[in-house]
Amino acid sequence: MAPKVPPQAILEQSSTAAEAGHGHAHETPPKGMLRWLLTTNHKEIGTLYLIFSLTMFFIGGIFALVVRLELFQPGLQFVRPEFFNQMTTMHGLIMVFGAIMPAFTGLANWMIPLQIGAPDMALPRLNNFSFWLLPVAFGLLLSTLLMPGGGPNFGWTFYAPLSTTYGPPSTTFFILSLHIAGISSILGAINIIATILNMRAPGMRLMDMPLFVWTWLITSFLLIAVMPVLAGVVTMMLMDINFGTNFFNAAGGGDPVLFQHLFWFFGHPEVYIMILPAFGIVSAIIPTFARKRLFGYASMVYATAAIAILSFLVWGHHMFAVGMPLVGQLFFMYATMLIAVPTGVKVFNWVATMFRGSISFEPPMLFALAFVVQFTIGGFSGLMLAIAPADFQYHDTYFVVAHFHYVLVPGALFAILAGAYYWLPKWTGHYPHLRLSQWHFWLSVIGVNLTFFPMHFSGLAGMPRRIPDYALQFADFNLASSVGSFIFGFSQLLFVAVIVLCARGGQKAPAQAWGDHTDDLEWSVPSPAPLHTFETPPTFHRPAH
Amino acid sequence: MSGSYYVPATSKWPALGSLALGVMMIGAGMMLVHDRGSIVMLVGLAGVLAVMALWFRDVIAESRKGLYDTQMDRSFRWGMGWFIFSEVMFFAAFFGALFYIRFFAIPWLGGEGTKGATALLWPEFTAHWPLISPPDSSIAGPAQVFSPWQLPLVNTLILISSSITLTVAHEALKEGHRKVCRNWLAGTVLLGLCFIAIQGVEYYEAYAHYGITLKAGVYGATFFILTGFHGLHVIVGTIILIVMLARIVRRHFTPEEHFGFEAASWYWHFVDVVWVGLFITVYVF
Repeated sequence: MAPKVPPQAILEQSSTAAEAGHGHAHETPPKGMLRWLLTTNHKEIGTLYLIFSLTMFFIGGIFALVVRLELFQPGLQFVRPEFFNQMTTMHGLIMVFGAIMPAFTGLANWMIPLQIGAPDMALPRLNNFSFWLLPVAFGLLLSTLLMPGGGPNFGWTFYAPLSTTYGPPSTTFFILSLHIAGISSILGAINIIATILNMRAPGMRLMDMPLFVWTWLITSFLLIAVMPVLAGVVTMMLMDINFGTNFFNAAGGGDPVLFQHLFWFFGHPEVYIMILPAFGIVSAIIPTFARKRLFGYASMVYATAAIAILSFLVWGHHMFAVGMPLVGQLFFMYATMLIAVPTGVKVFNWVATMFRGSISFEPPMLFALAFVVQFTIGGFSGLMLAIAPADFQYHDTYFVVAHFHYVLVPGALFAILAGAYYWLPKWTGHYPHLRLSQWHFWLSVIGVNLTFFPMHFSGLAGMPRRIPDYALQFADFNLASSVGSFIFGFSQLLFVAVIVLCARGGQKAPAQAWGDHTDDLEWSVPSPAPLHTFETPPTFHRPAH
Repeated sequence: MSGSYYVPATSKWPALGSLALGVMMIGAGMMLVHDRGSIVMLVGLAGVLAVMALWFRDVIAESRKGLYDTQMDRSFRWGMGWFIFSEVMFFAAFFGALFYIRFFAIPWLGGEGTKGATALLWPEFTAHWPLISPPDSSIAGPAQVFSPWQLPLVNTLILISSSITLTVAHEALKEGHRKVCRNWLAGTVLLGLCFIAIQGVEYYEAYAHYGITLKAGVYGATFFILTGFHGLHVIVGTIILIVMLARIVRRHFTPEEHFGFEAASWYWHFVDVVWVGLFITVYVF
């Protein structure tokens, strides 16, 4: 599946690749499983992250399908309500912390050193530690499903007192697993930030960095700022549950609403942690396939920074219906709406990049285009939810479910898939299978929209979130959602097929797999990228503007 | 700066560290939920500490072999700086909780504002801080609270002095006076130990005579989570300083290259600043 560009001479392999002289000889890596356990290589660790994320994506996906199966028609058919609650909760936790976040970290591991011309991550052993904490954390989290009383059943937001006073005994294990995942995120973010600030090729200024690097720099800052707050709030939960403290108990002078403030102070930046790197990926793909330079590079950087700063000031919009002074509601409402401005800048820039471009529609571009359109739908429903008086109606309905799934599935997830298709030639040396990729794309788009678009309507009509049974009037919308979810879920198996085929063979990709319309450094190393790259830093040449 | 950045080949410490942390957490969970499993927890904890010691030993050995260049030094500086920022945010969650409870939750419980629902639950409750009598009579508040001008003030003076002595030690190191540095650093460690001991006395007093316990309403909860996590950080910081003392004695540092020492001092100053904030908001006001 070569890009539809005029035939061109295959470029010479960069001299910065592995054959260049380097300070110390590489030991032969240990064989088998040990190689992966002990590795300090950013590409191997990136691969581990991506495989882990894909595994979690399928586990979380199965949980989602259990939910949709039960909601296929009104009444209780397949699971007990208690188990249904565990499925909605675990689906959310696994997808947020186990699938989306590690996928972006995996892409960061693979691509940031390549894009800035660094030999590896700044702290390679710490990098390995960050990864191997994840299987431990999620093994522990999944094991709670088998514990007496079942796993977490209070929703992925684990509001007190539902999670403290009324939670199952396994809640303590859930908290501890979240601590481990949090340590992993913080250490990973520290590593990425140190890599970006310290490991750039000589001559590369901050404003020369590809946007994926920029968005990850800002994402790392968000992670380091808010993951510790999550650690703090779950520690308070742990104390309330096990040591008799009264942080979230009004009888002792505490306040359950305090939990929500702390949680959403973490939770809202967390939302942007899951979308900013997606912006970066899409900002790399669209110029490549529109064969134009990205429109408004600097404004993209400033918009990303603006979104990140605003993300600390809008947490209250998750709590309009909880009870909050009027001044607070107004502040959070207007601050939230302000986010539409930098986000609009971004969407405008993507469209302007494509304007009069010579566009072709390879799989990465398909997913990137779907991202722009569908993420924007999620953005618009977000604006509706930002209006405090309207939110009293939408709160805790399927409209909210539709909103955040639009920004997370055809938003974050499609960007990850786009990134995977875009960089698979660099990782494996082969192009992904064209027909299968196209099938994967179209089934995904149809499945996603069939699943989530009807939720807008069922939500506006008043169907609440997180219930296993519902009134008859919602039956048709739910049937459509369930059918869509199964189409979407099973079509992801095609993605696995694409990856396996791509890893084993396929059409060979040159170094500049998608043509010479991008100056990003990863295309200057051979495809597949050798295990060690840029051991001698390349000199960065600023492209002429 | 061509090709000199040190990328370690392989290491077993990260994977073993993850495993040990997992065992420790499972043990901790078993202890809390099922009242057993302390052995598992302790084995995990021992594993975590052993891995940390061995991992740091490798890093020190690599540093002394001269494998690290100035770029690696900057990686460590960024790493330590952002780690401390993450710690700042960890404490920010607890300070934020304290402020929210004092300035919003408690006044609302006392009937302030237009909601009024809480006033129906506990109509006789009046807002006050320190919260001696929590809204519900089933929860006993503290009998009395500490005067800030006794042990807490002593501890404040100790910690501030320790920051000064540490800075003197650092200056001495930069000037090449190794023994002067060693003596002032030893003094800093001593001050750290004094702080921990006094904090221990205060905790004993809290439980034995003041009725300040974890269960004593939200005052006890915020008091112990803030001073408790701070105390843990002082203990960790003191251990780090003791390691630095040992490294000074073994002549690991030069006036130019001593980032291990500098990182330790950054951490210590951070812990000191947290205490000042804590002294003002937990004890004085």
